[in-house]
Amino acid sequence: MRVVIVDAGGANTGSVRYAFERLDIDAALVTDAASIRAADRVILPGVGTAAQVMARLQQLDLVNVLRTLDRPLLGICVGMQLLFESSEEGEVAGLGLLPGRVSRLRGGPGLRVPHMGWSTLRATRADTLIDGVDGAQAYFVHSFAAPVTDDCVLAGDHGQAFAAAVRRGHIAGTQFHPERSAAVGARVLRNFLSPAFEA
Amino acid sequence: MLSRRIIPCLDVREGRVVKGVRFRDHVDMGDIVDLALRYRDEGADELVFYDISASPQGRSVDRGWVERVSRLIDIPFCVAGGIRDVDTARAVLHAGADKISINTPALERPALISELAEAFGVQCVVVGIDSIREVDGEWRVRSYTGDPDHTRELPIRTLDWIAEAVRLGAGEIVLNCMDNDGVRTGYDIAQLQAARAVCPVPLIASGGAGASVHFAAAFIEADVDGALAASVFHSGRIAIPALKRELADQAIDIRRQ
Repeated sequence: MRVVIVDAGGANTGSVRYAFERLDIDAALVTDAASIRAADRVILPGVGTAAQVMARLQQLDLVNVLRTLDRPLLGICVGMQLLFESSEEGEVAGLGLLPGRVSRLRGGPGLRVPHMGWSTLRATRADTLIDGVDGAQAYFVHSFAAPVTDDCVLAGDHGQAFAAAVRRGHIAGTQFHPERSAAVGARVLRNFLSPAFEA
Repeated sequence: MLSRRIIPCLDVREGRVVKGVRFRDHVDMGDIVDLALRYRDEGADELVFYDISASPQGRSVDRGWVERVSRLIDIPFCVAGGIRDVDTARAVLHAGADKISINTPALERPALISELAEAFGVQCVVVGIDSIREVDGEWRVRSYTGDPDHTRELPIRTLDWIAEAVRLGAGEIVLNCMDNDGVRTGYDIAQLQAARAVCPVPLIASGGAGASVHFAAAFIEADVDGALAASVFHSGRIAIPALKRELADQAIDIRRQ
């Protein structure tokens, strides 16, 4: 299986590659349209700001490639946020593959922002992507979050419900970091790689 | 629900984990990856690696071991020591660290916090603070604490520095209460409570853990997000699985494996 990681300049691209290595998958870091179109699975990681990652995708001329992709695509963290129409972070337009707008976590008494650490996942509907992880905890680090919409398959809670994982057709994303979420993270990545994901 | 984090801290020298009085009488504890995996298996929620050879020698962290750890570890980890500029931070993050922690360099040039936050996002930027209670009853910060011969007393109030660091872009604060460090009589709850009141980002307690009850006190009484410890974990005095069971029994939200 050909897995490619879009190198959008985020600091976690190496960690994501190692996570696949632990699953015996040699995922290549790529920045060109042809490699992305030829892949069986495409990963869009992102650490940093939505504006930074989006600017980098524009620079690489990959925005349209990702928008028109028909292969399974997994956005991670900011990479998932960019699947949506827009983000309040830097007032930036996303890829627009999913309806909705990413906004800042409100925080509040006892609710720190960034939301950082291991937090509980709650399934909002059944999906291959999240098989075996309902009720488990995954590692989150974020200040912005996507709303719980029809595309949400896992919800997180930080004083407000937010989308912890999304799925619509071949488009998927996790707000948490599967590459740093121990067995739970590995399970989600294996689910994404499985033939059942395309069924 | 967000769980409270248990964070072992490992001192790294020349790519090996060491323990002992910093800079003196180092005992080799073993290979960094072996120990990291052991703590991961025991249920550590995150790891901090403090590169004690980098900072005082004025050189940056060796990214070789950061890469080795990142390859094999599937929980988050933070690297501290010897990070003084954006380029070094980038090298460490790109080698696979999830966060970087800065202490003395931030005190010497607070703008570094903003530069790192702008370059990588606040979620990557941890500010470590070494704090001591002075004779007038105020907590103030110390720099160069890695080397007792070169530690400097600064006129900055700890609580002021926490607020300033957060304003500049710190995404997390690790507060090391030096009066309690290494004595195993418990975290400095009063100081952590005062810090909590001025710290809107995650706050990690450091210094003083000697028993499970100390972790519980830090979580319940000072509402910290995580608790860091070194020697009690390395020596086996506290085993993480037992610690987590005890905390869970007190209705503290802890990650299950």
